[in-house]
Amino acid sequence: MNFLQTLNEAWKSLYSNRMRSILTTLGIVIGVAAVIAMLAIGTGAQDTILNQISGIGTNLLFVFEGNEQDNSITVSPLTLQDANAISEVLAAPHVELVAPVIQGSGTVKYGGETKSTQIFGITPEFQEVRNYELIEGEFISEENVNGRASVALIGVDVAEKLFGQSEYLTGESITIDGQPFRIIGVLAPKGGGQFGSQDDVILVPLTTARSRLLSREQGKVDIIYLKAISADSVPEATSEVQEILRKRHHTDLGEDDFTIYTQQDFLTLASSITNIFKIFLSGIASISLLVGGIGIMNIMLVSVTERTKEIGLRKAVGAKKRDILIQFLTESSLLSLFGGILGIVLGWIISFLIGSLATSQGVAFNPQIDLGAILLATAFSTAVGLFFGIYPANKAANLEPVEALRHE
Amino acid sequence: MGEVEVPALRGVTFKINNGEVISIMGPSGSGKSTLMNILGCLDRLTSGEYTLDGEDVAGLDDDQLAQIRNQKVGFVFQNFNLLSRSTALENVELPLRYAGTTENPSKLAKKALENVGLGDRTHHKPTELSGGQQQRVAIARAIINNPAIILADEPTGNLDSKSGKEIMDLLLGLNKEFGTTLIVVTHDPKIAKHTARTIQIFDGLIKESKK
Repeated sequence: MNFLQTLNEAWKSLYSNRMRSILTTLGIVIGVAAVIAMLAIGTGAQDTILNQISGIGTNLLFVFEGNEQDNSITVSPLTLQDANAISEVLAAPHVELVAPVIQGSGTVKYGGETKSTQIFGITPEFQEVRNYELIEGEFISEENVNGRASVALIGVDVAEKLFGQSEYLTGESITIDGQPFRIIGVLAPKGGGQFGSQDDVILVPLTTARSRLLSREQGKVDIIYLKAISADSVPEATSEVQEILRKRHHTDLGEDDFTIYTQQDFLTLASSITNIFKIFLSGIASISLLVGGIGIMNIMLVSVTERTKEIGLRKAVGAKKRDILIQFLTESSLLSLFGGILGIVLGWIISFLIGSLATSQGVAFNPQIDLGAILLATAFSTAVGLFFGIYPANKAANLEPVEALRHE
Repeated sequence: MGEVEVPALRGVTFKINNGEVISIMGPSGSGKSTLMNILGCLDRLTSGEYTLDGEDVAGLDDDQLAQIRNQKVGFVFQNFNLLSRSTALENVELPLRYAGTTENPSKLAKKALENVGLGDRTHHKPTELSGGQQQRVAIARAIINNPAIILADEPTGNLDSKSGKEIMDLLLGLNKEFGTTLIVVTHDPKIAKHTARTIQIFDGLIKESKK
C-alpha cells in the first residue's frame, strides 16, 4: 500500500466513526491548547517583566551595602561621601550620574484621605537616573536639598488616592508622617513594575527625608543609583566603582562589603525565574495531553476489537503484519495530528483572549506564540498518537488470520 | 487444566491437480475447516507437508504466508467479507494494493468486475448490492491476482438458490476460462455434484475421495 492509499483508508475509517473520532480528538485538542496557551502566557509574562526591567534604563547600576554571599564580615554603610567619591570624574570616568537615595515607607494625609506609600529621599540627579518626567511643577532642586525644604513630588497613584485627580496639585499641602509638606510637582505615570507600582511613591529631598522622615545616621544612604555613560560602559563603570569603594571601605584584600547590581543582573535573574515558571505551567498542561493520548489508545483498542474480522480478511488477501501495523498507526497519528492542529488554533484563541482581557485591564501583557511552540505541539501530539497507537496497532498486526476471520 | 493437543486432521494425503474442480464435504467438527485453512495458508501445519503450486509452504513465516495468500490463493467466503466502507472497485483492488507491484490497480479491478458481470457497479458500496452481487465482488477480488487456486468456503451458503446457482456457474466458468483450480468446501450435496471430484472428511480422516 502506498502512503496516499493508507491515508485515504485511515481517513475513511475515522470518518465512518465521526462522533467517536471527534471526542477522541477533543482530548488532544484540549491538551495541545493548554500547552500552547500556557507557553504563550509564560512567554508573554516573561516579555512584560523583562521589558519593565529594561524600562528602568539599560545603563543603570545599583550599589547596596552588604554582601549576599557572606554575612559574617563587618559592613561599613554606604555614605554620601562614597557617592561624592564616585562622582569624581577622574576617579570614575565611565560614571555619568550618581544619585544617593534613602528609602522607606510613610503615611501621607490630605484632608480625610490617608495613604501609606514608599518614600524616597533623593537628590536632583535622581530625575535623570530614573527617567522621571513631570505632569506639572518642577523637580527637587539643589536648593531644596541644601535647605532641607519640606517639599514633595507625588506619584499619580498617590495623587489619585488623596485628591481624586493628578493635575493642579502644585502648591497643595499634605502631611507625611505628621509633618507638613508642600507639593511642588506630580510625577508622570510609569506603569506597574514587578517590584510594586512605580507611581505609588513620594519623592522628597534627601536631607529632609533624613532629618524629618526616615532617621538615618549622619551621611548614611541606602542605595546609590549610578548611570553609566552608555550601556556598553557598564562593566567599566562597575569596576571603577568597585575600586573606589574597596579603597574607601578598606576591603582591598577581603570580601567586598557592598554589592553592585547592574540591570543585566536583574534581567538574568528575572528571565531564569520566568523560565522556571514557563516550564512549570507547560508541564502541568502536558498532563492533559497525556490523558488525551490515553484516550486515543483506549479508542484504538476498541477499534481493533471491533474490526477483528476486517483485519482477518485483510490478512487473508495478503496484508503483512507491517501493513496492518501501519494502517492502525496512521489512524491514531491522524487523530492526534488533527487534535494538534485544532489545539494550536484553540490555544491561540485562548491566549489572544487572555491578552485582550489583560490589555483591557490596563496591564501591558501580550501572550506570544512562537513558531517553536507550534512545532513542538504538533510534533509532540503526533508522537503521542504514535506512542499510544503502538500497543493497539501491534495487537491488530499480531492477530492470527484464522482466529480473526472466525471472530463475530 | 492443561492443554491437550487434539489433532484436527490425521493422515490426510491427497493431491489436487492444476485446473481441477473439487469439493470438500463433511459434517461440522470433521476437520473440514482446518483443512481449508491449511489449504489457504491461513493456518500452519503442526506436522506434515503441504506443497502448493510446487512450493513447500510448511516452513514459511507469517509474512511469507501472507505473500503466498496474496499471490496464489483467492478466497471466497460464505458471508462475502467485503469492506463495508469501500466501493466494489476498492474491494477488488485490495489484494493488488497489498501486492504493491501493480501500476494501475483500478484498471485491472474494473476488468475483474467486468469478468464477473458487475462492470456497471464499480462505485457501489457492498450495502448497495444484493447478496449475489456482493459474492461476485468477492469472486472478482479472489481472481484479481491470477491465483493458482480459488478456495470457496460455502460460497452459496448465504444466498437464495437462484443466485447460489449463478455463483456456482460463475466459479465453474472461471475455472473453464482461466484454468484456475477450484476447491469448494460445502455440506450441500447439490453443490458437490457440480464438481468432478469430492473429498469426504470425517473425524479428521479422509473417508472417500471419488471421481
